[in-house]
Amino acid sequence: MINKYGIKQLSIFLENRKGRLLEVTKALKDAAINIRALALAESAEFGILRLVVNNPEKAKSVLSSAGFTLREQYVFAVEVPDEPGSFYKVVKVLSDADINIDYTYAFVGDSSKAVLIFKVPSEKLEAALTALEKSGIGLVEPMFFYD
Amino acid sequence: MWNQIEGAPREELERLQLKRLQDTVQRVYHLVPFYKKKFDEMGIGPEDVRNLEDLKRLPFTTKQDLRDHYPFGLFTVPLDQVVRIHSSSGTTGKPTVVGYTRHDMDVWIEVMARSMSMVDVGPRDVVHNAYGYGLFTGGLGFHYGAERVGAAVVPSSGGFTKRQLLLMKDFGATILCSTPSFALHMAEVAKEDGYDLKKDFKIRAGFFGAEPASEGLRQALRDAWGLTYIEAYGLSEIIGPGVAAGCPYGHLHVFEDHFIPEIIDTETGEVLPDGSEGELVFTTITKQALPIIRYRTKDVTVLHREPCRCGRTLTIMESVKGRADDMLIVNGVNVFPSQVEHVLTKVEGVTPNYVIVLDKKGVLDKLEVWVEVDDRTFADGIGALEQLKARLQQEMLNDLYINVRIKLVEPKTLERSMGKAKRIIDKREAEGLQK
Repeated sequence: MINKYGIKQLSIFLENRKGRLLEVTKALKDAAINIRALALAESAEFGILRLVVNNPEKAKSVLSSAGFTLREQYVFAVEVPDEPGSFYKVVKVLSDADINIDYTYAFVGDSSKAVLIFKVPSEKLEAALTALEKSGIGLVEPMFFYD
Repeated sequence: MWNQIEGAPREELERLQLKRLQDTVQRVYHLVPFYKKKFDEMGIGPEDVRNLEDLKRLPFTTKQDLRDHYPFGLFTVPLDQVVRIHSSSGTTGKPTVVGYTRHDMDVWIEVMARSMSMVDVGPRDVVHNAYGYGLFTGGLGFHYGAERVGAAVVPSSGGFTKRQLLLMKDFGATILCSTPSFALHMAEVAKEDGYDLKKDFKIRAGFFGAEPASEGLRQALRDAWGLTYIEAYGLSEIIGPGVAAGCPYGHLHVFEDHFIPEIIDTETGEVLPDGSEGELVFTTITKQALPIIRYRTKDVTVLHREPCRCGRTLTIMESVKGRADDMLIVNGVNVFPSQVEHVLTKVEGVTPNYVIVLDKKGVLDKLEVWVEVDDRTFADGIGALEQLKARLQQEMLNDLYINVRIKLVEPKTLERSMGKAKRIIDKREAEGLQK
């Protein structure tokens, strides 16, 4: 299941320092990498930028050589109708399967669909994917994000 | 024990010290204009040294004094009596130069043989000496000491790690002499290359010195090689390695029938009682070419005068805590960068790359440590990183007895903003205690 639905996400450690986000985005722009989804978590003095991009291997090497601290991990994505209760349904499935969600972020796909990205503890990833597939929720394959 | 004097009653040792000190003071007063001038200015002469207590009335000698008399200005003998010259690199000005007569070489070899005898190194041992050979006193110091006790010495010097490992294995080396960091590097390379350190090698003891080593590093070396860790302490201005050596009980014994140690307050120069932390000062009492009166080592440590389980009555010095010129005073508490480094090596999740930033908050000093987070340790979660910070703050409080604010930074920040070597930024007022 992980091979089929695991999506590579890059997390980048950023100090809260003027211009740092600009430097990440410029490095990606210069390498012609397209950001498909992103979320930024922050504390008082540092932040973590999480990205799903069209070419994770290239992004990783570009950011590494530019000196960024980063980590690659698997997340998964589901596509749901863009209407009330959709997010609830997914969270319910995971909750019933006793799976904690580390974090989640979302974006609106086309006019009627939304895409939700979830990070769960890596040892629970397989179980999460199985539970979701069983419940009929639409898992998104990595090709949706990658080139 | 190589020499009975190491376990002699204190009175006997002190009688010998006084006699030798008096001879040395006569020697420098009459043969070195620098000392005569200093003694005269202070209104004391060689005859004023009547007991060991009088040592504290004598003037100090500093590294700068050695530089000012470059190259041979403090020698008491003409060069035709000198059989060896060593020199330290002069990163901050002229190098310092030290010379040895035949007799000085005998003293040096004697104290190195004593060091080797801490773990009974002898004819059946193969000593792999990875200290650098050359102007640095480390390589040749260990070399002659190991030869003196009859061991087979492999003078491999530094570098070429893989070849060194091959020779250590094939020659069946039993003793390793190197800096602690190089010994750890060798262990890592050996593991990568598929050696089984305890099966393929026969190293039973290691002589480690020339740089500070945290307890974590020492334990890592014991575990990796299965060896007894022997600490070696010395400095070329006094003789080289062999000023003090660790016994199997982990106590560093000063060979004080040749070098008298004192602990002073680094600010006032006052001699401090045993058990107090302060700057270590040495007076050589048997050297001929370059005797030195009260040399300020800048090393901070503590002395204890009590008999050791190993049978030696020689003064015990604790491992050097740090350099007097690195010492920071934060709200009245002494802090050494090495302590900060030690905490970082204990806590998983950070690199030992750090910068200490000192500032004032109102009247109080504020200490901040910037710590690098790298790819291997970066946990993707604010919570995990905050926990790491809290853990580091707690460990710093436990070890340093002060509140330290930890700031997690990106790896390249430290290099980019201040260059690798600069570990301390002091933003406090200029009248502060740190230069």
